[in-house]
Amino acid sequence: MIDEPLSRGPSPVHRRDPRFRLVACLALSLVAALAVNSGTPLVILAAGLVMTGLARLPLGLVARRFTAVNAFVAFLWLVLPFTTPGTPVTAAFHGIAATREGVALATLITLKANAVFFCVLSLLATIPAPALGGALRAVGVPDKFAFLFLFTYRYLHVIHEEYGRLATAARLRGFAPATSLHAYRTYAALVAMVLVRAYDRSQRVYQAMLLRGFSGRFASLDGFRAGRGDLAFLLAALAVAVAGGALDLTFWRGHV
Amino acid sequence: MSEPLLALTGVRYLYPGTARPVLDGVDFAFRPGERIGLFGPNGSGKTTLLHVMMGLLRPDAGEVRFKGALAVTEKDFRAVRRGIGLLLQHADDQIIYPTVLDDVAFGPLNCGLSPHEARDKAEATLALLGLEGFGPRLSHRLSGGEKKLVSLAGVLAMDPEALFLDEPTNGLDPETRERIVSILEHLGKPCIVISHDWDFLVQATDVYYSIEQGKLCRNPDFVPHRHVHVHPLGDHAHHHHS
Repeated sequence: MIDEPLSRGPSPVHRRDPRFRLVACLALSLVAALAVNSGTPLVILAAGLVMTGLARLPLGLVARRFTAVNAFVAFLWLVLPFTTPGTPVTAAFHGIAATREGVALATLITLKANAVFFCVLSLLATIPAPALGGALRAVGVPDKFAFLFLFTYRYLHVIHEEYGRLATAARLRGFAPATSLHAYRTYAALVAMVLVRAYDRSQRVYQAMLLRGFSGRFASLDGFRAGRGDLAFLLAALAVAVAGGALDLTFWRGHV
Repeated sequence: MSEPLLALTGVRYLYPGTARPVLDGVDFAFRPGERIGLFGPNGSGKTTLLHVMMGLLRPDAGEVRFKGALAVTEKDFRAVRRGIGLLLQHADDQIIYPTVLDDVAFGPLNCGLSPHEARDKAEATLALLGLEGFGPRLSHRLSGGEKKLVSLAGVLAMDPEALFLDEPTNGLDPETRERIVSILEHLGKPCIVISHDWDFLVQATDVYYSIEQGKLCRNPDFVPHRHVHVHPLGDHAHHHHS
């Protein structure tokens, strides 16, 4: 169900310590998201593109996800240039014209979205979920969130299989999806059964945890080892983030 | 006679909202060295009995004693759970981590081992079960048989003195089943096994009990014997066991 096709690979990006990738991604994304000038997201977009290239991700997949993100961005272009007050740059059509400010804003958002997209794609999507759970804990995310993430990942598959079995059972007895009250009721029953079973399972899982000595505190194997390459990578990423931030700050000062 | 590892006296358990108790005055002593088979129809209270002994369910009346000491509170039962490992019926309930190594190390970490020791313990236990190299594998990509073996590894990694197995061979292929039989033989730990699989019970246990009308009954007259097995006819002749 949740296949993580990007998380496996021999590339230099995949080999970096997940904790470092997580921190780098956070820093770069944050600077890009908070920028007020379009130079900063452009720098980070460039960094993201370089890392995506280094990660040697399958192009088709990258293209598909890129399209999905930019479909949303396209909607912004339909609205923002024409609704932002400012200097018109096009002839008015029924009194509506694109403004210079509107185009600039849409450009900024487009750059930001894509900068964050390529950073997340190359740095986060390349971490397998179990390692990401560990990395989250290691960088100080509360245990409850990290384990919620890990358990969700673990049991989503099980719950999905359970839904699959129920749906098969329904199909075997002649159920076909349709726009009818009967079909809606059947789907409602399937979803209800999945919820009930998931609840029952959570009870059994908790029992299994008690049986293995769980007493409310999570301990875990410390599986990360950072090398010189990881440190160099993190420093480089942080340098880009700081440079981007500084660029933004000078721009911001110049405008105030 | 040696002191019982676990003893029940007058245990009564009634599921909330039901009229008849599943366990109604159960007296039972489980001694070191015993290998007990527990059989009987679905719903007769076999799993309930194991869950009461492990403190997952608290009896409405009666006592549970672990090595002579009364077990009442959650804290008391924590000692029971370190002494006895219960393998649940469904491996998916028992494997809680996305990766095998993390899962097997869960019990040892809870027992206070350092991450380093827990990793070694988990790897050694996996090796013991013939699962070398399974550590980094993803739990949800394991086959049914592999899941069973991994969940057993999770139980064994805590070095229990005894094992409770709830239908351990349910739905397993003959090969995995044989592996579990030989693992249990090799471990030689006292155990209580719930099963409908007679061939398995005969191989893994010596004494047989069933639960009837809420009472635990020993079946001394019970003589297990092997039956002729059934298999499809093939082109190749093969040897039958004696």
